[in-house]
Amino acid sequence: MISPLILFITKNMSEYITHDRSGRSVGRVEKKYFTFAEPPNEMALDSGRRLGPITIAYETMGRLNADKSNVVLVLHALTGDSHVAGHYSETDDKPGWWDNMVGPGKGIDTDKYFVVCSNVLGGCMGSTGPASTHPATGAPYGLSFPMVTIGDMVRAQKALLDYLGIKRILSMTGGSMGGMQVLQWCIQYPEMVLSAIPLATTMRHSALAIAFNEVARQAIIADPNWNNGDYYDGPRPNVGLSVARMIGHVTYLSDDALRQKFGRRLQDRDNFSFNFDSDFQVESYLRHQGAKFVERFDANSFLYITKAADYFDLTQQSGQSSAVDVFLKASARFLVISFTSDWLYPTYQSRDMVKAMKKRGLDVSFCEIEAEWGHDAFLLPNERLANLIKGFIDSVYERME
Amino acid sequence: MSTSGWNNAAVRYDLQIIASWIKPESKVLGLGCGEGELLYHLKHHKQAMETGVEIIESRVAECINKGLTVIQGDINEEIEDYADDTFDYVVLSQTLQQVYDPLTLIRSMLRIGRKVVVSFPNFGHWYARLQLLFTGRAPITAQLPYQWYDTPNIRVLSIKDFTTFAHEVGFHILKVATINTDREDKTGNYVAFMPNLRATYGIYLISRLPAP
Repeated sequence: MISPLILFITKNMSEYITHDRSGRSVGRVEKKYFTFAEPPNEMALDSGRRLGPITIAYETMGRLNADKSNVVLVLHALTGDSHVAGHYSETDDKPGWWDNMVGPGKGIDTDKYFVVCSNVLGGCMGSTGPASTHPATGAPYGLSFPMVTIGDMVRAQKALLDYLGIKRILSMTGGSMGGMQVLQWCIQYPEMVLSAIPLATTMRHSALAIAFNEVARQAIIADPNWNNGDYYDGPRPNVGLSVARMIGHVTYLSDDALRQKFGRRLQDRDNFSFNFDSDFQVESYLRHQGAKFVERFDANSFLYITKAADYFDLTQQSGQSSAVDVFLKASARFLVISFTSDWLYPTYQSRDMVKAMKKRGLDVSFCEIEAEWGHDAFLLPNERLANLIKGFIDSVYERME
Repeated sequence: MSTSGWNNAAVRYDLQIIASWIKPESKVLGLGCGEGELLYHLKHHKQAMETGVEIIESRVAECINKGLTVIQGDINEEIEDYADDTFDYVVLSQTLQQVYDPLTLIRSMLRIGRKVVVSFPNFGHWYARLQLLFTGRAPITAQLPYQWYDTPNIRVLSIKDFTTFAHEVGFHILKVATINTDREDKTGNYVAFMPNLRATYGIYLISRLPAP
């Protein structure tokens, strides 16, 4: 039994999709697929291994203008997908994960801009990942899937844009792991990126973030159903995956958010049960999130993608000892945004990024938004965030014209 | 652009004077830039490449919404990240009286900017002097409209003070405008005669002394 409070929260947070109060929507969208890197032309990965064929699931919104100069690329976070906004059908009442930001007249205005969002390489929402069929065996890859990095994800996105005939990206944005992809784009394909908005993210994954990811992975690995990643024709490691998700949710919130929304309130009872049922509302909430997550996400994908985030370190990649040189090759105009209550990617990590950009003489704006929702704040409806993104993208577009 | 439509006359009088000193297509840093009135004006009327630093989130947001490049942060810290001679002009408009360590800040400004603009309300104005003399209480003026207990200004100075400061610290005063205008006024006038007594604001264009 889920209380109305929990329903309120689940409707208003994170990937628990909100209907835009404005009622504006980009309308119907269609998930499309692009396949490339057919053998023997597999894509070379950062690990040294090769992968192919690769399918990338993507969705587009708005209209591409004649000179293809109005492209906005949206990069999703850990468990997101290509379905950034709109609906798949008339009867589909669940809009995309950033419907409050992407649509007509919204922060990313689909009346003006052509928005592209794709599912990451290694994902499980249509793009090639560990649950996909290994062409050589006809069975799912499982652990034979090669390790992918944020750089590999970006390389696959670049192939998609090449296929769409897009050479310049007006602006790109994403939060959390989406923000890592934004930064990666800016140093991997600097000539293609005019402007970039990394949200609630970091230049390198911190020990704290790696620690939480490792606990989450161990929860999956410890589930006997995981079976070394070979579970696709048997029972799934749902217990492990749901515990992993519960851990994640704690890190996406904040002390304040948890205290205000749950406190020590009990769930559907007046007294303690004196057993291990969920007594507290916060327990019930986490269990609900865990149970919902296993319906839509693949445990192996979770392992691979969290590892990709953990490997992310732009300082190491640039082969420089100093963070300043990270942005040696970047030329984009930047808007960096952090949130006060985010303890997973705290503001100091955004400030480090801004400092490195300033020292390289890049055009960078920075704003720390006062928000009580922790890391999840970037996904929630937020007028300030929408206005910042809108003002920034518009000014880049106007400057270009 | 939705926020456009401003012209020279629509900008505050003291900012008009600052703008008139800034050459077209310059790189300008505005410290404590507020909602970006000056930077917006310079960007659109002088084709300046602007950067602002402002500590208050709502003001930073307003600047970015207008399409300005602005960093939210403390001016004393943010200024340290810039290399020598990064900017053609560094502007500190009506903020000096709120700065904890003006000497360090002005030296940093002179390091990263070829030219520096500093403006401040003149505490040597006759009205402030008379208030203290006749009422025996801390002056409250149109330019410094606060009680002693709620003012953001941690120091007050006069035009004479700043001129003396320039000699002591060692920087060039390239231009001075001593003006009479109110806090939000779009009009005003130059005060040439006895400015320390009669001007409400002092605006200075300064630079490093040439290397010996």
